[in-house]
Amino acid sequence: MSDNTEQKLVKPNNSKVIKKLVFMVFAMFGFGFALVPLYDVFCDITGLNGKTNDVAVVYSDNGIDTSRTIKVQFITRMAKGIPWQFEPIINEISVHPGEMKFVNFFAKNEANHDITGQAVPSVSPGLAAGYFQKIECFCFERQPLRSGEEVEMGLQFYVDIDLPVDIHTLTLSYTLYDITEKKDS
Amino acid sequence: MTTHTIDESLDDAHHDHKMKGIKRWLYTTNHKDIGTLYLWFSFIMLLTGGALAMVIRAELFQPGLQIVEPDFFNQLTTVHGLIMVFGAIMPAFTGFANWMLPMMIGAPDMALPRMNNWSFWILPFAFAILLSSFFMESGAPNFGWTFYAPLSTTYSNGSTAFFVFAVHIMGVSSIMGAINIVVTIMNMRAPGMTYMKMPLFVWTFFIMAYLLIAVMPVLAGVVTMVLTDTYFGTSFFNAAGGGDPVMFQHIFWFFGHPEVYIMILPAFGIVSTIIPAFARKKLFGYSSMVYATGSIALLSFIVWAHHMFTTGMPLFGELFFMYCTMLIAVPTGVKVFNWVATMWRGSMTFEVPMLFSIAFVILFTIGGFSGLMLALTPVDFQYHDTYFVVAHFHYVLVTGSLFSIYAGAYFWLPKWTGHMYSDSLSKWHFWCSLISVNLLFFPMHFLGLAGMPRRIPDYALQFADFNKWVSIGGFAFGLSQLIFLAVVIKCIRGGNKAPAKPWDGAEGLEWTVASPAPYHTFSTPPKVD
Repeated sequence: MSDNTEQKLVKPNNSKVIKKLVFMVFAMFGFGFALVPLYDVFCDITGLNGKTNDVAVVYSDNGIDTSRTIKVQFITRMAKGIPWQFEPIINEISVHPGEMKFVNFFAKNEANHDITGQAVPSVSPGLAAGYFQKIECFCFERQPLRSGEEVEMGLQFYVDIDLPVDIHTLTLSYTLYDITEKKDS
Repeated sequence: MTTHTIDESLDDAHHDHKMKGIKRWLYTTNHKDIGTLYLWFSFIMLLTGGALAMVIRAELFQPGLQIVEPDFFNQLTTVHGLIMVFGAIMPAFTGFANWMLPMMIGAPDMALPRMNNWSFWILPFAFAILLSSFFMESGAPNFGWTFYAPLSTTYSNGSTAFFVFAVHIMGVSSIMGAINIVVTIMNMRAPGMTYMKMPLFVWTFFIMAYLLIAVMPVLAGVVTMVLTDTYFGTSFFNAAGGGDPVMFQHIFWFFGHPEVYIMILPAFGIVSTIIPAFARKKLFGYSSMVYATGSIALLSFIVWAHHMFTTGMPLFGELFFMYCTMLIAVPTGVKVFNWVATMWRGSMTFEVPMLFSIAFVILFTIGGFSGLMLALTPVDFQYHDTYFVVAHFHYVLVTGSLFSIYAGAYFWLPKWTGHMYSDSLSKWHFWCSLISVNLLFFPMHFLGLAGMPRRIPDYALQFADFNKWVSIGGFAFGLSQLIFLAVVIKCIRGGNKAPAKPWDGAEGLEWTVASPAPYHTFSTPPKVD
């Protein structure tokens, strides 16, 4: 830099620097919010975080790999404050990769008022989530149950034939949330 | 040197009068006044946050619940963290920036004096909002200073709005302060002071200000999301609505990791100023220090997930963040090496600023090593959320940042007040602090390794002995800080007259002006060769 006294006589242009810095501030504020969709896209591509498909896939017949047997376990849990009974009919089944299976879940609204529930699935280990394909699932829709009503809800799925060989067990966890208020508004 | 100056008619700061009484402080645009305000405010916050910590340590003095309820205990840990980070450490550094930057670069004032006044005077309101929640029915925030969703959203005790608005105001204040620092350093340097001739102190504040501008808006964004999730029915972090609570941690730590460097880079700058002065040698490896500071700042953006190793990341992610984190040890190691090399064969004397600086180098390095241990993914699974983490970040923040602040305060007190501080009293402050701070934080390593979790009001019996010693150390450290208050008050009231340059090895433009520094300095820019 070749600063000398003569150049310093002019008051330096602060507003140019300030504008740039203020722009940076707003850009980073926006970036914070941009992280939200970015995170979803990132998880979608990599299958991180155990997120499974939220729309039905079509079964693609790539054959069945009978040499491998994968254990699929089902667990359910209730979010705070939803008085439902919600559990899998069977807790665990064995499938071959590529083989289609159908299982049922039982739900009963034990409250004295109507409740709309929403089950949110998550697969562990997270990296396997992308290989767990749901053809039909009650979790694609909301479940409105009147007080005391009970229902059996179906899940049809297959495990993709490309599932990494070191994965032998998948755990599918459903968390049930009360979304009644949101539906009304 | 020419006597030509900046167009004075535009600049009313050049009038030499100052208002009397409280108005002087309310309306001031003088960088020295605002620096003083920041420093006093941060010291008051240090004592406030310290008082909360003493209650925490009193509760943990023995197993069982004696003094406070678990919910109130959580409020104490939360507000202690928020006050120390945003109220004590950060404003103290902004205070140093205000006082010293213009004098170090030969500028008459900060570039944006009116904004400077605002950025200070909104701070007391932020902390008034935060602290007032203690006196409300719902209580203060109890979700930890990291306010993880859903603790701060679904399970909030009703204090979230106060917390969010307080953090918004703190963020606005920091951003304004940072913009001021950047503009001042870019536009107000004295003729001849090129970037690579700036004192390292100026460099570290320059880089810290950029980090602030980059990440404080992200913090503002994430607290806004917490606010709308809690009160307006959005679902950023609520799985029922398609959100994800783990995403909270990603966004928070994207802010949070650069934030820890915001709190330590200025400390590097202060120590790099003081060690050469008392070793009577030039700072070893000036340009490597500049580049190391820059690389630490850049690396800080790609290591955030090391706070989240146990959230179930894939192996690749854990390895990536582990290696990047360990990479930070390289530029940090360069710095420690340079400080030691500066002292090597120097004519060292051990005045109090130097004592604090040497303690900083040793104890910060201990904190750095425990950080390296935490960076190792496999062992982090054991250490995560234990007292080992508490020990780690208190070593880097208390014996790191806070000790550097004390070092800087003692170094420049003669310049600020015009008097020398009491040598014996300040040595008492140093030795009491040094011994008690290690009694306070060192056994926490062992507690953590033995499995004591953080943020609990009660603990298993086998942790009782160490906790007793930790609490004794805590009370001693807290009380030792009152000695500092005594030193400062005594130093303001009187003492030996300080010469313009009380430390014979010190360098920099700030020592070319009289002590105490006149209300206006460098109205005519000095010439730097």
